[in-house]
Amino acid sequence: MTQSAARASFAAVFGSVLVRDLTLAWRRRTDALLPLAFFVVAISLFPLGVGPEPGMLRDIAPGVVWVCALLASMLSVGSLFAADLADGSLEQMLLAPQSAIALTLAKCAAHWILSGVPLIATAPLIGLLFGMSGPALLALVAGLLLGTPILSLLGALGAALTLGLRSSGMLLILIVLPLAIPTLIFGAGAVGTIDAGMSASGHFSLLGALLISTAMGAPWAIAAALRISTE
Amino acid sequence: MSSLAPLVQPTGTLPTELAAAAVHGLRGLSAKTDTAPTWVLQTRALAGQRGEHALFAGLDLQLQAGSLTWLRGRNGRGKTSLLRLLAGLSTAAAGDIQLCGHSQREIGPAWRSQLLYLGHQNALKDDLSATEALAFLARLHGLPASPQALAEALNRLGVAHRQHAPVRTLSQGQRRRVALARLALAVDVPLWLLDEPFDALDQDGITALNALLSDYCAQGGCVLLTSHQPLSLQQPEPQMLDLEPYACS
Repeated sequence: MTQSAARASFAAVFGSVLVRDLTLAWRRRTDALLPLAFFVVAISLFPLGVGPEPGMLRDIAPGVVWVCALLASMLSVGSLFAADLADGSLEQMLLAPQSAIALTLAKCAAHWILSGVPLIATAPLIGLLFGMSGPALLALVAGLLLGTPILSLLGALGAALTLGLRSSGMLLILIVLPLAIPTLIFGAGAVGTIDAGMSASGHFSLLGALLISTAMGAPWAIAAALRISTE
Repeated sequence: MSSLAPLVQPTGTLPTELAAAAVHGLRGLSAKTDTAPTWVLQTRALAGQRGEHALFAGLDLQLQAGSLTWLRGRNGRGKTSLLRLLAGLSTAAAGDIQLCGHSQREIGPAWRSQLLYLGHQNALKDDLSATEALAFLARLHGLPASPQALAEALNRLGVAHRQHAPVRTLSQGQRRRVALARLALAVDVPLWLLDEPFDALDQDGITALNALLSDYCAQGGCVLLTSHQPLSLQQPEPQMLDLEPYACS
């Protein structure tokens, strides 16, 4: 018996999972916008809580944006694999002849496009709201550009590790938040150094290094965690 | 193993003579290798468990090309666990499995391209149309996914008229038919592992699936399935495999 069917390539698996996730998000647009709404609402609480003094708001803005971005991406990552586990899609994806790395990378990319990119796009508006300067805004966006993929990868790792557990949401946040601390420090720190009139290239280099090392390690760990969860 | 290389070639051919040659190496295991039948699946002293609970042990299984085997056993006996084990979704407590003469360790992920596993979940997304959901699964497994192939597959299972309807609006039986349409795309895969394929199907659906199974086996395919209802399949005659004698506890 010959097998005439063309074998699914890495790119085909990556592409079909990514396109499917984006299509599903498009068909449920309101659900997909919830992390962004959370991000904006949570940030707008800070001026109410700490008072409207412009100097203080400008100082805390980078930290506030980063913390809220981190929480928004943790909230949305919880359902990354849960729906696929519930309807059996995850099992079928793990049965694809390609290694599960293509699948995990596609899921992380879809999460970043759906939760990271909207946050990056709104961050300049938030920064203006808090009275941040032009160079500081640029540094904030550049930092988020490097940092949000790290958050998606770490979040996916937490989601895979806690898949199928009760109270997985809280556990996920407890696992991922400590891992995200370096990203938070260098991301918010970059804006601070720019504000102080210094070069932030060191911060960006470290963020880039974090992104590379997470991208090298996390997909394998996620794939292994998914296999254990579905066993 | 010298016969490993051709199997993992991108062309994906699975020469019968190679599989047969691999079986010759196991001559001591089977009395029937003189005529060199093509064993698609062989297990030796296979044991399965769910969590800490041992389900079955000492399972020696030999499935020939062109055969259909009905896996039976009481609820909780480990029928689904056995199918998942053979599909490579979980690991055996003991024993080994050979698919077309190769063990899982030898061929790695290529193992999964030699079989099709259909669980009792349909793996269809509610928000996709029947065609989109089927196309996604086909692309994932490297099966033909052209619009004609998909339409033909859905037509074989009698759900062509609902091909653009969202899965959410389909009945349970129609969803099962869409999931089973993947079989019509996978006739080149040597082994089908089907968990309760007749679940939720009406008489027409059962007839369509029987025809598909007959055609597949006639082309040299090998099927292992579970079913709670008696099989109405005529050709090939289903072989019974009862898990009860292998049960632990």
